[in-house]
Amino acid sequence: MSVGVFILVSVVKSLIVLIALLTAVAYTVWLERKVVGHMQNRWGPTRVGPFGLLQPAADGLKFLFKEDLTPPHVYKPLFIAAPMMAVIFALTSIAVIPFGNSIPIFGYNIPLQITDVNIGLLLVLGVTSLGVYGVALAGWSSNNKYSLLGGLRASAQMVSYEIALGLSLVGVLIQSGSFSLRTIVDAQGGRFLGFIPRWNIFHGQFIGFFIYLMAAYAETNRIPFDLPEAETELVAGYHTEYSSMKFAMFFMAEYANMITVACLATLLFFGGWHGPLFGPPLLEAVLPVFWFLAKVFCFLFLYIWVRGTLPRFRYDQLMSFGWKFLLPLAIANLVATAIAVAW
Amino acid sequence: MSFHLILFLAFGAVCAGGAVNLLAQRHPINSALSLIAVMAALAGEYLLLGAEFVAAVQVIVYAGAIMVLFVFVIMLLNAGEEEETKGSRVAILFGVPGILTGSVLMASVVLRHSGTEAVAIGALPGHPTDIAQLLFHDFLLPFEVTSVLILIAIMGAVVLASKPEPAAGKVD
Repeated sequence: MSVGVFILVSVVKSLIVLIALLTAVAYTVWLERKVVGHMQNRWGPTRVGPFGLLQPAADGLKFLFKEDLTPPHVYKPLFIAAPMMAVIFALTSIAVIPFGNSIPIFGYNIPLQITDVNIGLLLVLGVTSLGVYGVALAGWSSNNKYSLLGGLRASAQMVSYEIALGLSLVGVLIQSGSFSLRTIVDAQGGRFLGFIPRWNIFHGQFIGFFIYLMAAYAETNRIPFDLPEAETELVAGYHTEYSSMKFAMFFMAEYANMITVACLATLLFFGGWHGPLFGPPLLEAVLPVFWFLAKVFCFLFLYIWVRGTLPRFRYDQLMSFGWKFLLPLAIANLVATAIAVAW
Repeated sequence: MSFHLILFLAFGAVCAGGAVNLLAQRHPINSALSLIAVMAALAGEYLLLGAEFVAAVQVIVYAGAIMVLFVFVIMLLNAGEEEETKGSRVAILFGVPGILTGSVLMASVVLRHSGTEAVAIGALPGHPTDIAQLLFHDFLLPFEVTSVLILIAIMGAVVLASKPEPAAGKVD
């Protein structure tokens, strides 16, 4: 593949993935409003378009045309930079997520992934660990006690749960022996006993998945761990002072992070794009991507389901759960996996 | 000029600029942010050398964890802008030329005595398996001893930071 073609393919792939991700973000918001609405015996959005399907577009326009208010007491450079940082870091990590096997187009074999680096998983962890700056700096630069408390909570919570999150993934890494997400998925092909898929969750990593799921809720600031924006205590937490598109950028970052976390769970524990293949060649080429997206959808639905079900924890409960329960459990899981693999 | 060299110079410029900005800024949070820029640019340089694992660890550990704690402390203490004193003018008058001569001396000595060629792109053994082989096989004992050292430091920090327990049996 010549350099020109490589650059062209990369740009086209980045554009497609970015547009798909932003659309997914918009429609995850719609899905959340709809599902939570039905869980609470309401209809959710119904007015704009059929089933309220055009609601995200209407919301986006509204955010763009609203007055962009900057309160006088904020520290302006960081107040403006913080939402940008949140969105940039949230959108960057999708670059190493593989969506399926490679497909042949015009004689080139094109992998369905923006770039495959051999430290893919570490890169995702690194970029998400940078994401905390957006929230923390937003809270600090707003110069408002509720925002500051939200920012402090967010940074403490994300740093604490990152340890459990990282350790929960080490079991998977030991089993597959690689940081490359593509290799990890390839190691999960095949079946046990002819019918149980060889996914990591059925391969001794059930506890690892449980820890990952809990830590992921905390990392993305979602209910039941949405303490940084607990509206009953902190008005709106770190984004209290934000309005119009800057406010929307924090929301985009949160939902993009949810999608990344769901993609990672699918890739690491649920076999990625592996699933039954059948039908004509064209269908067989599309099915892996369909399985991948279906699994990601299940995770997003689980997120929303939990939001509609559970109340919020207290902050000390959150911290002691992370440090005194999840972390020891993750270490025990790591040791057990290492012994099992060495056996 | 190759593309790699351009990238190397760009990251190097960000690194040096961030370091100077770290000293020049008056507000601690701006200094902390420029230190993060230095860390990120260093990670970029490691990537150019082919040490992908080191680059990722640089971002995760330094930019993602240690600097978060720095920012956390600055936010928690609500540290304000630093004030200029008479001592700071003296420091600028003598410190800046001193550091410049010192670094020029050091660079010239290193360049004269290193005797090696310029580092090639991808020269470092950066693959995770190579590093794992080094850490968990060739240098297992020093690696584990370092972890014990860190454990002792953690325990010391906990002891120093914890509140003194009230004496037993005493009620006030």
